[in-house]
Amino acid sequence: MVLPALAIYSFLYLYPAIQNLLYSVTRWDGVTTPEFVGARNFTYMLTQDILFRKIFVNNIKFSLFVVIFQTGFSLIFAIFLAKNSKSNIFFRTLFFFPTILSSVSVGLMWTFLYNPNYGFINAALKGIGLDFLAINWLGDTRYSLLAIAITQVWFHTGQMVVIYVAGLQQIPQELYEAAEVDGATRWQQFKNVTWPMSLPTTAVVVAYTTIQSFRAFDLVYSMTQGGPLNSSDVLVTNIFNLAFIGYKFGYASAQTIFLVIMILFITWLQRRTLKIDYGVK
Amino acid sequence: MIFNISRKILLTLFAVAVIIPSSIVVLGTFKSDFEIYSKPLSLPKAFSLNNYKALFETGNVTTPFKNSVIVSLGSVFFTLLFASLAAYAISRMFTITGKLLFFLFSLGLAIPGQVNIVPIYALFVKLNLTNSLTGLILVNIALNLPLSIFILTAFLKDLPKEMFEVASIDGAGHWRVYRSIAMPLARPAVGATAIFLFVICWNDLLYPLMLINEQSKKTLPLTLIDFRGEFATSYSMLFTAIMVASIPMVVMYLLMQKQFQSGLTAGAVKG
Repeated sequence: MVLPALAIYSFLYLYPAIQNLLYSVTRWDGVTTPEFVGARNFTYMLTQDILFRKIFVNNIKFSLFVVIFQTGFSLIFAIFLAKNSKSNIFFRTLFFFPTILSSVSVGLMWTFLYNPNYGFINAALKGIGLDFLAINWLGDTRYSLLAIAITQVWFHTGQMVVIYVAGLQQIPQELYEAAEVDGATRWQQFKNVTWPMSLPTTAVVVAYTTIQSFRAFDLVYSMTQGGPLNSSDVLVTNIFNLAFIGYKFGYASAQTIFLVIMILFITWLQRRTLKIDYGVK
Repeated sequence: MIFNISRKILLTLFAVAVIIPSSIVVLGTFKSDFEIYSKPLSLPKAFSLNNYKALFETGNVTTPFKNSVIVSLGSVFFTLLFASLAAYAISRMFTITGKLLFFLFSLGLAIPGQVNIVPIYALFVKLNLTNSLTGLILVNIALNLPLSIFILTAFLKDLPKEMFEVASIDGAGHWRVYRSIAMPLARPAVGATAIFLFVICWNDLLYPLMLINEQSKKTLPLTLIDFRGEFATSYSMLFTAIMVASIPMVVMYLLMQKQFQSGLTAGAVKG
């Protein structure tokens, strides 16, 4: 009964993953025979490739922004919406809505909103007298990455709210009652009950968001394709360009190995945090 | 007091942030370009269906729509079939083989799908599976099997063992138990998995972008990307295309909000 799954999985997941390792130590244009170059792809990537370094820094900035704001917003909204009242369920359903859209739709929609000439955002900012904020969001190397990060937060905050709400609803109500009896303020309740009790959820949300932001591709591709001047390029768009525009398949493979190692590291870090604090297996 | 006021303000702000872009798109599908640029949020002067007519008449959205339906349904069906069979077998195996198999599939959870773009592309060129909907379905199955197996196995393992044992004593073979007991009981988990698989497959961009370039095989996200170039200055057409691409998801979401929320977060909380 396992056979069909095992066959497809081995042939189209495990086998390619191993091939990927092999390709990563070659120079290969995708057509001719791969030429073995040892660790040269990796040393070039880590010591000489200025573009890679820039894009890696881009991705870290992007991830930091998304993790901080997406986690922060979703925790705040989850606290606001934790109880299952009718209006709360309505807000949760509304906030979750963007999650079901495709990244391409969201990307194109926001490309319109960000348009410097007739986009809604700048029109609205000018309308309330914030002219200095009406910048060329996607067309300026200084702001393009930020603009995409804002869209990403808009896109996935609702999904994290639902995860947080599930976590918050697990907290025993007695703890809040006890805190209230002791005269704890709302801030103290948050600091001493909500925050520590929801840490396992926070670990999940932070790890998921971090990994998601290092895998980002669709949104960047549909909004700026990494431009202008690589200012919004991230790891996966760069890998895609290396392979399918630059025909550097070997080097692209090496960069995916780098990505895997990073993602495994983040997963390990999440597991470790959970283990230390809660003894979760 | 401060809590309640800030609660109201923040909730309203984010609600507006979700509603405004969506309304601009929906209203825009009934407007001319000029109207979109000048008054993006006002109601259209007349609810004209010209954009829809133009979009379907040029015909370059009907085929992608069909392709997306085929790829998504095919991927969801086969992923669920293979994953549920495997999950049933793994959850009934109490030997080292079961653990080993589970470990093997778990590897796929740790390695993200994007990582395999180069080798999959090379392999598919060799096998002549580029520009093929079957190829896309195969990739989708492979990419989504690990998480589906993980979720379904966890669910099946939590069911009381006795139910399966009684059936076995009564002489039911594994196929029979899988079909008549395990699957009906696992319906909520299967449903949730089906939803997140459908959303992922319907919205996927990376693999189609890499494997498909023939016009007749393109899926909706690819077509939208093309439209961005084609209708760079015509947001009315672009919005209409976005609307057509999103409507199946939106309708399903409105009908099954709870299932969508649990299905799409189950994928995130796998750890």
